[in-house]
Amino acid sequence: MENWMRGKSAIVIGERDGVQGPSIAQCVEAAGGKVVYAVTQCFV
Amino acid sequence: MDPESQRNIKRIAETEGLSKDQIIVVLGASDIEGAEISAETVTFGDPSYTGPLAGVPLGLPVYHILEPGLRQFIPGPVYEEHLGIWTTAADTEEIGRRFKAIRERVRSHL
Repeated sequence: MENWMRGKSAIVIGERDGVQGPSIAQCVEAAGGKVVYAVTQCFV
Repeated sequence: MDPESQRNIKRIAETEGLSKDQIIVVLGASDIEGAEISAETVTFGDPSYTGPLAGVPLGLPVYHILEPGLRQFIPGPVYEEHLGIWTTAADTEEIGRRFKAIRERVRSHL
């Protein structure tokens, strides 16, 4: 299947108790996407 | 979703010259209901009507990083390092089903 993530601009919203922003960003970039904004939310 | 994130997402979506075809939103919340609220915020607008995205239906394509459909594009070692632990802790198939439904709802309503 064609990699539709390649070249996409990605807004990354991670969560402290889930998958955190930097981890998502690494995966998105490894898939060929470009991270334009990344945050790790914390609900306490 | 906190107001600062909403403000930043709104700015990126509306002012940086990117079309909806070029932008995706990727979430990582561990509880699926929380993830769905964040997904709704970046598609139909802030459901709590308190943040900058209240009444602003950006209609962005939204995904969860644990969806099976994304895994095929992430190199195995990178996936294992950052997400491997979640493949046993989260129901990735259910996440995939829920997010696919959200995207279909966006496509049919916006």
